[in-house]
Amino acid sequence: MNDDLIGASIPRIDGIEKVTGSAVYAADMKMPGMLYAKMLLSPHAHATIVGVNVERARKVPGVRAVLVGKDLPYRIGLYMVDKPVLADRKVRYHGEPVAAVAATSEEAATEAIDLIEVEYEPLEAVTDAREALKPDAPLVHEDLHEYKYVKGVFFPVPHTNIANHFKLRKGDVEEGFRRSYRIIENQFYAPQVQHVPLETHATIAHWKPSGSIEIWTSAQSPFAVRNLLSVALGISHSRIRVVVLYVGGAFGGKAGIHLEPLVALLSKSSGFKPVKLVATRHEEFKTLPCRQGLHARIKTGVSKSGRIIAEEIEYVWDAGAYADYGVNIGRASGYSGAGPYDIENVKIDSLTVYTNKPFGTAYRGFGHVELFWAVESQMDIAAASIDMDPVEFRMKNLLAPGSMTITGEKVTSHTGSVKKCLKQVANEIGWGKQSSPKSAGRRVRGKGIAVLHKAPAMPPNTASSAIIKFNEDATADVIVSGVDYGQGTATSLSQIAAYALRLPFDRIHFVWAKDTDRCPYDWQTVASRLTVMAGICIMRAAEDAIDQIKSTAARALGVEKHQLEVENGKVFVASDPSRMLDYKDVVMGYMFPSGNSIGGPVIGRGSYVAEGLTNLDPETGQGLPALNWTYGAHGVEVEVDLETGDIEIIKIVSAFDVGRVINEDLCRGQVRGGVVQGLGTTLIEQYLYDGEGHLLNDSLTDYKIPTSKDIPREMVQILIETPHDKGPFGARGIAEHPMISVPSAVANALFNATGVRIRDLPLNPERVCLALRQRTK
Amino acid sequence: MQHITFTLNREPVSLEVEDHWTLLRVLRESLSLTGTKEGCGRGECGACTVIVDGKPVNSCLVLAAEVDGCEVLTIEGEMRDGKLSPLQQAFIDTGAIQCGFCTPGMVMSARALLMRNPDPSEPEIVEAICGNLCRCTGYEPIIRAIKEAARREMSHER
Repeated sequence: MNDDLIGASIPRIDGIEKVTGSAVYAADMKMPGMLYAKMLLSPHAHATIVGVNVERARKVPGVRAVLVGKDLPYRIGLYMVDKPVLADRKVRYHGEPVAAVAATSEEAATEAIDLIEVEYEPLEAVTDAREALKPDAPLVHEDLHEYKYVKGVFFPVPHTNIANHFKLRKGDVEEGFRRSYRIIENQFYAPQVQHVPLETHATIAHWKPSGSIEIWTSAQSPFAVRNLLSVALGISHSRIRVVVLYVGGAFGGKAGIHLEPLVALLSKSSGFKPVKLVATRHEEFKTLPCRQGLHARIKTGVSKSGRIIAEEIEYVWDAGAYADYGVNIGRASGYSGAGPYDIENVKIDSLTVYTNKPFGTAYRGFGHVELFWAVESQMDIAAASIDMDPVEFRMKNLLAPGSMTITGEKVTSHTGSVKKCLKQVANEIGWGKQSSPKSAGRRVRGKGIAVLHKAPAMPPNTASSAIIKFNEDATADVIVSGVDYGQGTATSLSQIAAYALRLPFDRIHFVWAKDTDRCPYDWQTVASRLTVMAGICIMRAAEDAIDQIKSTAARALGVEKHQLEVENGKVFVASDPSRMLDYKDVVMGYMFPSGNSIGGPVIGRGSYVAEGLTNLDPETGQGLPALNWTYGAHGVEVEVDLETGDIEIIKIVSAFDVGRVINEDLCRGQVRGGVVQGLGTTLIEQYLYDGEGHLLNDSLTDYKIPTSKDIPREMVQILIETPHDKGPFGARGIAEHPMISVPSAVANALFNATGVRIRDLPLNPERVCLALRQRTK
Repeated sequence: MQHITFTLNREPVSLEVEDHWTLLRVLRESLSLTGTKEGCGRGECGACTVIVDGKPVNSCLVLAAEVDGCEVLTIEGEMRDGKLSPLQQAFIDTGAIQCGFCTPGMVMSARALLMRNPDPSEPEIVEAICGNLCRCTGYEPIIRAIKEAARREMSHER
């Protein structure tokens, strides 16, 4: 049975807990003596804090702690250490926390918050990233030159709003443009959008009188929370414990660190009581992070025969008020910013720019949904400029074994095949064939395609580890620290463990709760890296455990270790399988009939650090940033209502070169969910502001996400398996990728149906309708 | 403060509630039934869906005092005799669960549908859950799960 395990659609191991309501999420927890926290938010996008009066708040019965920014001289960040725990001296976005209260009830905390008086002096707000680049623009961070950041990797420009300037230079674009038959230049825009996990951010923190801190949180990455808290507060890692139970969706929005420092500090100043803070949905929208906006400008030079000769790209990222993650999104979108194409001459400048808006962070795709909005719209426009079919045009230019990425990485047969993805998608969507039924009356149909790629965006020394320990009945506890917040990784990693340990699946106990006191290190649960990196660790830990089992069994059976094999929870002599021991007889140590015992409890250990990656050259961006690339393509058929501008998705086909499917149903589930989330970005979602930078749609009434009525009529997933040389069984990451290039595929289909090209997201009925009217004028 | 008595998951319950407390708060805080989730607190997401007298409601919009004398079902009442209901089993089998946060509310909306219509059409299923937001699954497997549960319940399968 073990050999059928890899690829099998085993139902998720967390299903029963979740479907019975017994799965415990951070907000479900209560601690003895627990206090409730509330935050006071800035009503301004940009203002000086002249004074704060908390006297009346402190007098509310039940209030145990009131904190304001000046009490908390800490800055927090992973890449760019730019964020205070509470706004100090000035506020940088509408919704930024200015003060916080902990009290014995939510009512008391709310009452106290209402009694805090803050005097502001409004400042001019900068709410457009392109405006923020101008020399006379208001500065969001006057002290940027004093901030700590990862040197050599990020390049802030002091005394400007530029948090990072990533540069990529390959070949000579000017020379390339001179040789081009056509030069196409366009600008595209993707607005800020939100993750909208159904569970808002929630944290319980307990600062103990001994000085140690315990935190239960909805975070994606317990070790990142611990590390960032340790660095910011100057407390040893060993004094901080972070526990993550169930997490109700994350999508990048719960990566890094968010409410944890504030809640910990409230606990400290409330006399060491545990404190709980659960973000309201309003706070989830306006206080917690969103996805950055992107202004993109792309200039493409193509030959008469359809080869891309040169490409010049400027990405201006609207980071919002803080850019801790934003700088790395700017970097990642820079080094992969031309798409999966083989282009001789490329110049990319990717600028992460502060504005007075809610700040951006990782969101499923880490910049790639936005950059591919631009790149894959541009590719169709470029193809049209030489009257070439968009599929044929891409096929002429896509990366293939032997070609070189824009950072100088050689593509091999292990890299995966974007051409296969595109070919199969084109075939399944019926590319080149008439839509059926044909366009009729006010409803017209069209088809579009788009490709994509993404590699995990992570430091070159990113590490994971795993422990496998056996129980008395020869079941195995598998312990890693990556969090399964819905992706299904816990199940697929359990399959890998069962396979590698040669145990039936039901003898794997995947330890669900993540606890930095008890689980081995993992950098972060982000970047679609867990199945690959934790998977490698589990393979290594299993190998280590089996080696221990064989060592003990060899002595017990009086043979050499190499004569032994393992299968189905048994260890036996290969040449004589009747000489066999059950794992049970070995995993706690083997006892001879005399009572003499050998071996001891088996504990397998596996660790992995991303190997072979390099930092990138600061001037040219050349180097090896990617552990693995996952390629994909979407093909979509739309029906557009010419009167209302409404776009209906008739069919969407999505293909990914996943290397090796570990769990087919879960893999398809990632694709389906990502596609629908991508359609939200494509068709309806965007942050809306008034002229002064106030967020207008901070609720699910005003910010819609797709419902059951908004899904495509048909969704098809195609899983291609070109094995990767490092991933377990050849597997690559897949969780983020399905969302990428959905917007551009739909826009290309809209163009195909109507001849209207839209360059700003979302493609909502209003925008489509206005564009259609413009066309008929 | 007022005293209310109602049936909760087929058992009588009696307790004191503040006038402004919602049913959601009483379930989660007073009765420690945390299976019902809060996603928005204002009736926009459906995560807190429970069944009151056969109808699915957002428990964040219902005052606890209003359920005095009513029959309330929550996710904790969906298992029978220690076994998953066919509806719960179908959610697992079809991959209708990812993060699980919308799942209790989604199951309760589906249960309310099956109570009033044991053999719903696909449009009826889509309509019944359109007030329950899910950010993970893309809804398709949830729709399949409810369809499959209806089939199993009508044929008395598990």
